[in-house]
Amino acid sequence: MAADEPTSGALTSGSGTPAPGALTSGTPTAGTPASGTPSSGALTPGTPAVRSPAIDALAARLRDVLGQGQVLTDRQQLRTYECDGLAQYRVVPALVVLPRTAGQVAAVVRACADGGVPFVARGSGTGLSGGALPHADGVLIVTSQLRDILAVRPADERAVVQPGVINLQVSRAAEPYGYYYAPDPSSQQICSIGGNVAENAGGAHCLKYGFTTNHVTGLEIVTPDGELVRLGGDAPDTPGYDLLGAFVGSEGTLGIATEVTVRLTRLPATVRTLLAAFRTVDQASAATSAIIAAGVVPAAVEMMDALAVEAAEAAVHCDYPAGAGAVLIVELDGPAAEVQAQFEQVTRLCDEAGAFETRVAADDTERQLIWRGRKSAFAAVGRISPNYLVQDGVIPRTALPEVLRRIGEVAGVHGFRVANVFHAGDGNLHPLVLFDDSRPGEAERAESVSGAILELCIEHGGSITGEHGVGMDKSRYMPLMFSADDLETMHLVRCAFDPDGLANPGKVFPTPRLCGERPGVHSGAHPLQEAGLGEVF
Amino acid sequence: MSALDDLAVPAGDDDHVAGVPAHLVAAPADTAQAAALVAAARDLHVVIRGGGTKLHWGPPPRALDLIIDTRRLTGVVEHAAGDLITVVRAGTPMSRLHRLPGQQLALDAPDGATAGGTVAANASGPRRLRYGTARDLLIGITVIRPDGVVTRSGGKVVKNVAGYDLGKLYTGAFGTLGLITECVFRLHPEPAAHSFVRAKAPPGQAARVLAAQPAASALEVHAVPGADPELAVLLEGTPAGVRDRSAEMARLLDGEVSADPPPWWGAMPPGDVTVKLTGVLSQVPALVATAVGAGATVSGSAGAGVLHAGFPADGGDPHARVALLRAAAVRAGGHAVVLTAPDGVRPALDMWGPVPGLALMRRVKDRFDPGHRFAPGRFVGGI
Ligand SMILES: Cc1cc2nc3c(=O)[nH]c(=O)nc-3n(C[C@H](O)[C@H](O)[C@H](O)COP(=O)(O)OP(=O)(O)OC[C@H]3O[C@@H](n4cnc5c(N)ncnc54)[C@H](O)[C@@H]3O)c2cc1C
Ligand SMILES: Cc1cc2nc3c(=O)[nH]c(=O)nc-3n(C[C@H](O)[C@H](O)[C@H](O)COP(=O)(O)OP(=O)(O)OC[C@H]3O[C@@H](n4cnc5c(N)ncnc54)[C@H](O)[C@@H]3O)c2cc1C
Repeated sequence: MAADEPTSGALTSGSGTPAPGALTSGTPTAGTPASGTPSSGALTPGTPAVRSPAIDALAARLRDVLGQGQVLTDRQQLRTYECDGLAQYRVVPALVVLPRTAGQVAAVVRACADGGVPFVARGSGTGLSGGALPHADGVLIVTSQLRDILAVRPADERAVVQPGVINLQVSRAAEPYGYYYAPDPSSQQICSIGGNVAENAGGAHCLKYGFTTNHVTGLEIVTPDGELVRLGGDAPDTPGYDLLGAFVGSEGTLGIATEVTVRLTRLPATVRTLLAAFRTVDQASAATSAIIAAGVVPAAVEMMDALAVEAAEAAVHCDYPAGAGAVLIVELDGPAAEVQAQFEQVTRLCDEAGAFETRVAADDTERQLIWRGRKSAFAAVGRISPNYLVQDGVIPRTALPEVLRRIGEVAGVHGFRVANVFHAGDGNLHPLVLFDDSRPGEAERAESVSGAILELCIEHGGSITGEHGVGMDKSRYMPLMFSADDLETMHLVRCAFDPDGLANPGKVFPTPRLCGERPGVHSGAHPLQEAGLGEVF
Repeated sequence: MSALDDLAVPAGDDDHVAGVPAHLVAAPADTAQAAALVAAARDLHVVIRGGGTKLHWGPPPRALDLIIDTRRLTGVVEHAAGDLITVVRAGTPMSRLHRLPGQQLALDAPDGATAGGTVAANASGPRRLRYGTARDLLIGITVIRPDGVVTRSGGKVVKNVAGYDLGKLYTGAFGTLGLITECVFRLHPEPAAHSFVRAKAPPGQAARVLAAQPAASALEVHAVPGADPELAVLLEGTPAGVRDRSAEMARLLDGEVSADPPPWWGAMPPGDVTVKLTGVLSQVPALVATAVGAGATVSGSAGAGVLHAGFPADGGDPHARVALLRAAAVRAGGHAVVLTAPDGVRPALDMWGPVPGLALMRRVKDRFDPGHRFAPGRFVGGI
């Protein structure tokens, strides 16, 4: 099945979206279903040869609302949407729709609710946890035609955008005014703001600036029963429960975002970028800890180990110092006076931790060159190994040396190489497990090494995902982090939004659950009396 | 013996919430005891009390049997300095968290406030401009649900997207979704130096401050009817950096550098009616002007667009004033929320004004607290 699929399909987002180009080669290409994957039903690629009458009726209704060209039923067309950035899961959706307005999204969802048909939102399809994996009997709602930037208001530090707008476009639109949109996932040239909201996307500069959740102040959403509702707003601290905060990171399981109000951040007065090379990963980790402990909050602290450097060197000739066991990229930004003082401090701390070479970007070109190695790293690893798995786990940064050592051991025992390229400043690891899919059984074994890495993260008090989300891929690991009661509590929120479970079913939660009756207020005798306490006082 | 029998004592004269007396008070000492207590109190109407500094915010509860007091639920469970996080029990005084060795929880709160109460009230102060609010600094939380079940969300690492971020939901919920027993916070290093710049300047100057990229930690406005409005800026960083930046800021605002904040810094304005006003940044000057024109004293963050207005209830029709402020806040893209008002005035006031998403909020409350026993009637829309 999936094994013989062309892996380049991973990022193809179908008609209307730009070709993914450069990012395609960076897609993780596991090629085969992982061991211990969810029910095989979810993995079966084909839709039934004959669509159900219910879907046919739904397609007819949606064509009336959206127009002929916005509803795809042709199997070849549907297949271009069968996976997201995690290509080992593939499901052909029953229908794909391309709404052009929020009202159309609401109409589609209402039609799904009426028919009890599941629906899945899709932005650019770059997600790495199978979050946008379609449902075989459901509708895939693609936001690629909701691409307008509705307002840029620098004086209010806000921009209002449609969900399909590409992350980088927001910064491009704000830059002429001296502002930008701070969350910068490495996929920012192609991923959508709606997808960022759903995943609470992070990026290299989130160490200082925070994640998507800290930069979204308002949303318009379509609830799973098809209503348009506003959460939050332009101003901070909207009264009532912070449903906006609960929605961000909910991976499309609480509804579909149709409009996003984001915070714009002032472009920093100065930026300084430094590359420090160390003999060992331990030294680079120690430098990271020392920088943070000294009270410096750099804009970014990124680490690459020897294998990641080797790959980047081969791919983009970034010319990092030879013989490095690990490199750190440290970026500082802010007022010139502060940056200068911190810069001296960081350089000294790197030296003390054992840096054998430290380079400073003299200008923007040199800065780009330093970042080019880091940004190309995923793609580069694809050139030194036939296949690889991207893992995404978090540990307390003080545990970096210990956990990186143990990752090396676990991989070594099973005969795998692991390249590490990650957000060191916030302990967000991205170990890439290299393997060769043409060798029988190797994909499954790579998957189990990758899983063991997550267990290491949990053992050290960390998380099973720092930015790529749970999606389809990691739902089975949720019980490592959360008790049944914790998961049930999250499910209470799910039931409040989506009692029928139609929004992106099968994602995030490890086991399917039902919501039960919608609860109401009970009345009766005074509870103190009922509790037998009435007479006491 | 149930945990209720073990822990609850008859309420005293001071044990009331916004004028409604309780029958019982209980102060559990840890999460396990708190869970047993809440489970045993399954049929009681409950209000949670932290430092009690803000129990008079919001309307009185529709019914009240038991006050759960968090004053014994105290202590720093863990301070992982290298990871800049701390795990604390909900009743821990904020003053303690402002002074961890070399580090701080950068969340302004008055003396006497607890960590849990500050999260539950979503209180914030001047430094929100730089550090954000409770929702940004809380990375993990333990809550006893109204049915007595202990539940956690988030974790102990700053970056974490596993599962729903329920910490956000409990933040600002005023104890209507359960009892917070533990919080995990992200910490910040104590800045090496700081200074204030104070100026008599109209609120419109705030925009110039923001545009000048001083990376201010706070930008506060203060305006009193009949007096010149003031601005004050907090700058933090390295000693040399702060010196340069303060001098530059003082020039820009034609103000003075000062080691200390102005007396009104971070305090609620006087008056027995207080209203929180929010708006987009460009509308802050208009919002301040309207409030001062209506006879209110205003202070708050001109950099974040969150202000507090205070006025005496007997100095004119409070309903008309609230309506005026609300209209101005709505025009500014924000809200006007009444925080405090005398008992005689409060019942007739609309405390919140329009709340987007209210129907969804009711559905959340129904799922968490189907019996509507936790702080009934104290939250938006009668939740
Ligand atoms: C090379 C590469 C590098 C990456 N680097 C990073 C990184 O640095 N940081 C990071 O955080 N991620 C990174 N990612 C992962 C991915 O880009 C992000 O998760 C991104 O936010 C997904 O956006 P998308 O538009 O592609 O969403 P999709 O993949 O289309 O969807 C992701 C999820 O969001 C839901 N969704 C999409 N649109 C909406 C909407 N409007 N309303 C509600 N739900 C919606 C989907 O149902 C799905 O669950 C990387 C991916 C690649 C391929
Ligand atoms: C700019 C500004 C200035 C302020 N100035 C002042 C001031 O001068 N004086 C002042 O008193 N306050 C002031 N406040 C408000 C104050 O900061 C907070 O309301 C306070 O932190 C609440 O803490 P507390 O422990 O006193 O909570 P309490 O007042 O006891 O409780 C507050 C709310 O939280 C709930 N709650 C408490 N603990 C828990 C828990 N563990 N789990 C669930 N719910 C809980 C309560 O039921 C109640 O609804 C100010 C706020 C701001 C934003």
